[in-house]
Amino acid sequence: MNQPIGRVARFLDSDLWWSFRTSPVAVASALVALVCILGAVLAPWLAPHNVLDLASVDLMDAFKPPFAEPGWPLGSDDQGRDVLSAIMFGGRTSLLVGICAVLFSTVVGVALGLVAGYLGGTADALLMRLADVQLTFPAFLVALLVDGIARAALPQEVHERIALGVVVFAIGISTWPQIARTVRGSTLVERNKEYVLAARVIGLGNMRIMATHVLPNVLGPVLVIATLNLGLAIITEATLSFLGVGVPPTQPSLGTLIRIGNDFLMSGEWWIAIFPGIALVAMVLSVNLLGDWLRDALNPRLR
Amino acid sequence: MVAFVISRLLQALPVLLAVALISFALFTFVGDPVAAMLSQDASAADRTALVHLLGLDQPWYVQFGKFVGNAVQGEFGLSYRLSRPVSTLIAERAPATLELAFCAAAMTLCIGVPLGIFTGIYKDSWVSRLLLTISLVGVSLPIFVLGMLLILVFAVNLGWLPSFGRGETVQIGWWSTGLLTASGLKALILPAITLAVFQLTLITRLVRAEMLEVLRTDYIKFARARGLTNRSINFGHALKNTLVPVITIAGLQLGGIIAFAIVTETVFQWPGMGFLFIQSVGAADIPVMAAYLLLIALVFVVINLAVDLLYYLVDPRLRAKR
Amino acid sequence: MLLEVKDLRVEFPTRRGVLTALNGVSFSIAPGEVLGVVGESGAGKSMTGAAIIGLLEPPGRIAGGEIRLEGERIDNLPYEKMRRIRGKRIGAIFQDPLTTLNPLYTVGRQLVETMQAHLPLSDAEARQRAIGWLEQVGIPAAAQRIDAYPHQFSGGMRQRVVIALALCAEPQLIVADEPTTALDVSIQAQIIALLKRLAREQRTAIMLVTHDMGVIAETADRVAVMYAGRIIEIGPVRQVVRHAQHPYTAGLMASIPPLDRRVERLAQIDGAMPRLNAIPPGCPFSPRCPEVFERCRVARPELMPAGATDAACWLHDQPGAPA
Repeated sequence: MNQPIGRVARFLDSDLWWSFRTSPVAVASALVALVCILGAVLAPWLAPHNVLDLASVDLMDAFKPPFAEPGWPLGSDDQGRDVLSAIMFGGRTSLLVGICAVLFSTVVGVALGLVAGYLGGTADALLMRLADVQLTFPAFLVALLVDGIARAALPQEVHERIALGVVVFAIGISTWPQIARTVRGSTLVERNKEYVLAARVIGLGNMRIMATHVLPNVLGPVLVIATLNLGLAIITEATLSFLGVGVPPTQPSLGTLIRIGNDFLMSGEWWIAIFPGIALVAMVLSVNLLGDWLRDALNPRLR
Repeated sequence: MVAFVISRLLQALPVLLAVALISFALFTFVGDPVAAMLSQDASAADRTALVHLLGLDQPWYVQFGKFVGNAVQGEFGLSYRLSRPVSTLIAERAPATLELAFCAAAMTLCIGVPLGIFTGIYKDSWVSRLLLTISLVGVSLPIFVLGMLLILVFAVNLGWLPSFGRGETVQIGWWSTGLLTASGLKALILPAITLAVFQLTLITRLVRAEMLEVLRTDYIKFARARGLTNRSINFGHALKNTLVPVITIAGLQLGGIIAFAIVTETVFQWPGMGFLFIQSVGAADIPVMAAYLLLIALVFVVINLAVDLLYYLVDPRLRAKR
Repeated sequence: MLLEVKDLRVEFPTRRGVLTALNGVSFSIAPGEVLGVVGESGAGKSMTGAAIIGLLEPPGRIAGGEIRLEGERIDNLPYEKMRRIRGKRIGAIFQDPLTTLNPLYTVGRQLVETMQAHLPLSDAEARQRAIGWLEQVGIPAAAQRIDAYPHQFSGGMRQRVVIALALCAEPQLIVADEPTTALDVSIQAQIIALLKRLAREQRTAIMLVTHDMGVIAETADRVAVMYAGRIIEIGPVRQVVRHAQHPYTAGLMASIPPLDRRVERLAQIDGAMPRLNAIPPGCPFSPRCPEVFERCRVARPELMPAGATDAACWLHDQPGAPA
């Protein structure tokens, strides 16, 4: 019982927590991010309407302007869906894809970085060359190409079933090199330190040494990159969906909503696209601000 | 110098071949070009004849060789969707994309790099802090959201600028330019800003980070200890050393502009290659996708080569090694 | 006196309170004199040098005391006035010659710009002088090498270039911060000899910061020993080496292996220097001192005459203590 309390106390006394508490920007963006996450996770219970249930949508409710009727706080779209509810369900998809993609790229990046740094030689040369080549192409383009190729290569019914996974894979694979490079760099430094040699002498396995000694050292930078990647992943997913090649229409994300609303921009129904746009920017901006703060807090040298 | 260029070109070759292989694999294993070209009631004999005519009965490496040979000559066959030669489609669309990308790149570099240097040198001034905060909004603003906002304000509400298309264009040889007519220039403003803002804010932040990095080095401290003026330290010593990484960043940004032109062109229905590509992805139009893929790879190889050459000119350590 | 430092106090504000990195540091340097400054890493040697040339790393700041150059205060000058002093009147040499030269400028250009920043010289004159300086510091074929880039020189040669850069505007004082630490042992002696010769020829005073007692013994006229941000003993180099009056200095000298006889075991000082946020009240050395007594733990000793040197130690303020 004592230990967790001690840990909490230690965290509350740490530099990181202090730096968080005294940064109004960090606290504000954490609050915004929290609202976004809660709104998305609790959408099925909190949203005024269930927009995924086609039976509950009535065309008679279409094109309600915002702030007019209490049941439709942000208005409704061309199908009669409540915009606020659509945003909450859309944010759910956006966040799900973003988080999964970042987890995927982080796992791949950390694993390949460890392998490259620890094994060295041909494996290292090959992996880093691959990373170099991929880094010369913008992440967005890589994601678009992977998604496009999967779209063309998979039979349509297969693609429809795993569309969400394809997007996660495409976005995730587009950002692994940066993490792999960081981890590889630290691995190279740690590999030759005496405690690693000592651990080897007492007979610990290579991978075990790497996992227990190198990982804690790269946790900080990886956390920073992963946080900033989350913002990037959400933007990439939204952009792909806006272009009509991202998530399937049955599971609309914020990008899909903006794509739909874009058609009504010229005719004056601006709220259909603009509110999801604001939600998207708020989500990404809060994540980016948190990532930026985290980078400064974990690496004071950069200030 | 020549040897340097040749060695870099040789290094780029495997990348191009790999991309060519992906394009080729798309062609060969995805979709069925024969079925796409034959009519519904064609016989099996027709089919065999066509397969032979297209060379599809030959081993894959022979086919790949032919594919590369054709690609070098700019020959990619017919678009499945539009039934026109891919090379013609791309040639028609290229000027629109290139003009848009050029304007956005010019804006990005001419504004972003000086802002990055300024915020790096005067890192504690309130102007720098303000610019940095704004830049974070800039990198968090998806390109299509910005495009929509600009359309809403300047096209829908104010009616000052067009919301789609290129305006009137003038034909100079095979190149159609929108830079010579008033409506063409007006049509360019919103897409160019949309495309530039994200890259501009990103480059500002990256250049600032590099500048801060250089200002922390020992040789800058030593330059201060020698009593050099701030001006010569900031704009001489520091700037020149920042230039090396900034060239890399600028190269990457140029690549980013090409990539995000796809999004901008879609938002503004700009008749360029990116818009063509997105329509092709939607319709699984593989010849166009393959051609675009190779073209983009080529553009990136050229950008990287230019970056390496600039390095070579700026950094004496590279020159000495050769 | 050329340089007088009085009661210098340097602080670093941190979130857990203000750290005092230098506390009550006082010493002076006469024209042409070589003052050695020794101590463990973190004792405040380099920071004293940085404070003198006015290049403390933020958030470090001078919080008290004064620094005078030929009687004129220089610790509170505006940036531009201090810039005119740096290089022209106080030169600096840094530790690692591999990182102190700008890699993208030729050594000639770096010499010329330094001289032109302080002296009214035409381009041709400055270039001529630059070649002269390179010859002075012993760079062969100076007339050709002047257009070479730093990476085309070896480490030892680069440190010679750094010395030329520090001396080329003919300063009265040079702050040399560990000038040989990063060099090969075989080259260290050459660089020290060069520095010594040039300083004598130019009548330049040197503040030589190092943790290498051998270099000090060979080069310095006087030596200051620093511990936990304070000077604890200062005096003529022979006296300090042979007859150290502060127990810490004595321990430091005993830990140097003698060349003329075999010893079974080198002396060592138990414990470690206190961290800046945990300096004990009274004498900072008291927790490790073999001769500690009650007074050391409560009152802080200032420098006081002790034999032929000045030492900050209560042993020398006792009735009947050796004067």
